[in-house]
Amino acid sequence: MASRRLIYLPFWAVYVFLYAPIAVLVVMSFNAGKSPYVFEGVSLKWYGELAGDETIRQGLVNTLIVAAGSTVLSTVLGTLLAVGMARYARSRLLDALGLLPAVLPDIVLGIGLLVFYRAIQMTLGLHSIILAHTVFGMAFVAAVVRTRLVHADTSLEEASRDLGATPLVTFARVTLPGLAPGIAAGALLAFTLSLDEFVIAFFTAAPTEPTLPIVIYSMVRFGVTPEINALATILLAVSFTVIIVAQRMTRLTESLT
Amino acid sequence: MSATHDLAPPGAPPGPSDGRPPRRARARGTAAARLIFLGPGLGYLLVLLLVPLALVLGYTLFRRGRFGGVVYETTTENFTRLFDPLYFDVVLTSVKLAALTTLIALLVGYPTAYVIARLPRRWKTIALVAIVIPFWTNFLIRVYAWVILLSGPGLLNKALTGTGITDAPLGLLYNQGAIVTGLLYSYLPLMVLPLYAAIERLDPQLAEASANLGARPARTFASVTLPLTVPGILTGCVFVFVPCLGNFVIPEILGGGRSIMVGNLIRDQFLKARDYPFGATLALAVIAVLIVLLFVQAWASRVYGEGRRG
Repeated sequence: MASRRLIYLPFWAVYVFLYAPIAVLVVMSFNAGKSPYVFEGVSLKWYGELAGDETIRQGLVNTLIVAAGSTVLSTVLGTLLAVGMARYARSRLLDALGLLPAVLPDIVLGIGLLVFYRAIQMTLGLHSIILAHTVFGMAFVAAVVRTRLVHADTSLEEASRDLGATPLVTFARVTLPGLAPGIAAGALLAFTLSLDEFVIAFFTAAPTEPTLPIVIYSMVRFGVTPEINALATILLAVSFTVIIVAQRMTRLTESLT
Repeated sequence: MSATHDLAPPGAPPGPSDGRPPRRARARGTAAARLIFLGPGLGYLLVLLLVPLALVLGYTLFRRGRFGGVVYETTTENFTRLFDPLYFDVVLTSVKLAALTTLIALLVGYPTAYVIARLPRRWKTIALVAIVIPFWTNFLIRVYAWVILLSGPGLLNKALTGTGITDAPLGLLYNQGAIVTGLLYSYLPLMVLPLYAAIERLDPQLAEASANLGARPARTFASVTLPLTVPGILTGCVFVFVPCLGNFVIPEILGGGRSIMVGNLIRDQFLKARDYPFGATLALAVIAVLIVLLFVQAWASRVYGEGRRG
């Protein structure tokens, strides 16, 4: 029976491994001292520094603009593509094309877009990151919406067509309302992926308009600063809140239906 | 509902129901719908995904300009340079570190996924969410946490010297071990999730039958559980290996900034040396490794995916 117990060893080790670094960041964010290694009493000093940091604030604003812009584009293009692929064109080639942005390493997509922008002599800025993030955002939205389409009952659409509606009217009046939850989930996914995306943004951003991950990257490269700990703790708190709210919402909708 | 419930293909004879628009008009409507639904998305992917990829592939054949840019004279010099040990060793090192990370992730991820799949329902959700949460925090911040942990005056060295395991701080940072640690930390959740899904799907009656036939737990695992979860293993390995291979952030921050992995080389060719053609050739090497990997995955899942007879 000793072997039965043994399996719990890697299980617990994984959780310690995943959470120890995060715990260190959180504890050190409340450090009164400047050293990242020695805890010298509790203070909110670094949170104050963070609040006054103009570079980080601007990075956050840029990140939100990019995420919002690429989410709108991704949702419209991805939804149309999903419907088109599920209802009007079934081909393995198209399936592969839809999957490509998800399996391609970030760095390849990043340099590809950089080369492309240079070739058409487009200036870089927030718009170039939005266009870049839409490439993978759209693929994820299309994948999420398609799974809903595949499992959807098509009899309503057939009825609509039997009653003489054109494909577009059928789409607007019947298909789209049924897809709404899937579209919302896809949009949320595209938004969160864009918020945290670094590599593609790094290659397609203008030096003067960095997103928050790019700002963090230059801070980390520059060396160890306790301000990052405060930022990490806030971002963690936001992630936790989002997860808990999402959980509650799914429970709520489950209890309502 | 499966594909059988889908719409009839355009141009198929109309069914028995009356009151539909005439067939030709319907076909026209379908063609228009096709254009409206598929046009924008496919056009976008064509211009911003396929054209850039084609450019990268095309650049591998040309010579670099003296001040960056590309001179359109074909050359094989990029590929000659790629196989120069100076660069090719970096590609090999990258494959080695990515493979090592993937292997460690599999060895610790499998038992973890197995335990999670066997937990009572309530704890299962919590355990899974706990695997995903670190993955949701900013990637750079997670890498930076390891700088604090591994550095000379850092916590791990404090713990080691404090407990008397070592008498002086070890050089834990800025080496390949630190890179593998960072890669493992970043991508371990991507291994655990598909493994969990594969183990969760197993029919517990199979293991029971195996036990009833007199197999010991180890034998049951080797002959029943493991073969049936091979597709999950392969998915997890691809999910971890791909982001490891092209990574340039972790080698730079935890490995000490030298060009240790092919990702650093690619980035430097594009942003420092301004040698687009050679950068593109290095990227092509990465793509080639991944294509081989995907073929291996497809082959292995075919071998294991179709009802094997043990």
